Amino acid sequence: MEHTTLAHHLILAGLLFVIGLTGVLIRRNLLVVYMCLELMLTAATLALVAFSRFNHLMDGAVLVFFVITVAAAEVAVGLALIVALFRQRGTVQSDALNSLHD
Amino acid sequence: MPDGLFIFFAALTLGAAALLVLSRNPVTSAMGMILALVGVAADFFLLDAYFLGVLQVLVYAGAVMVLFLFIIMLLNSDDPTGAYPWKTLALGLATFFLLSAGVLWLFQWSGAVPAIATGPTPPELSNVPSEFTTSAKSFGRLLYSKYLLPLEIAGFLLLVALVGVVSLSKDSNSTAQN
Repeated sequence: MEHTTLAHHLILAGLLFVIGLTGVLIRRNLLVVYMCLELMLTAATLALVAFSRFNHLMDGAVLVFFVITVAAAEVAVGLALIVALFRQRGTVQSDALNSLHD
Repeated sequence: MPDGLFIFFAALTLGAAALLVLSRNPVTSAMGMILALVGVAADFFLLDAYFLGVLQVLVYAGAVMVLFLFIIMLLNSDDPTGAYPWKTLALGLATFFLLSAGVLWLFQWSGAVPAIATGPTPPELSNVPSEFTTSAKSFGRLLYSKYLLPLEIAGFLLLVALVGVVSLSKDSNSTAQN
């Protein structure tokens, strides 16, 4: 731990965020897109904890506590929406969900 | 150079995230997601945030991912086989490489982040209210003083989500008939 600097943790968080964003852009399965969104959220919390630790402040860690709470609620509602969408349309591929297109 | 544990868990996290994005099978994606979340939790431990690491494993890798796996198996949502359209692939690759280069430049070479090493291990409980400590008690102390209103709002949000999910998952056909 003695040689790991703030920059290393921020690079890990940044790369994790970029991987999540790439997944949101290229994947067509709504469930996988939703998991990639969660990954981006987790990367942001990792940066928050790193800043909190290296600035010797507790506030960032408490904010991560709230982020985890809100993410759990958000996942429950979002998955219920996806199930409702599947009931209506019979698919979760975003390519097939284009009824507003023309 | 960072120490070995950090490199190991960072590689595990990034590899699992790549598995999440690249796998065509949603169940494999979910497994990659679980591995990535556990890797992030290990990084929380390396950052002395033990309570958050435990919370991450319990809430994310436990509850949330079980919910995801349940829905994946319920919906049977296999991807169609075949390559991605080249536009999508080009957009994804360009985003990945440009933003990765940006992240590396910003945090490593631009000099915007001071290269301070971690200080001494934080105390178990300090007298300054918002100083970083390893103890879970300091969370409670802050949550019930400085962050009391956000805590109440978060509790209310959970209630709203609960009611919303119940009303969403009710069968819409049976409510239309009643």
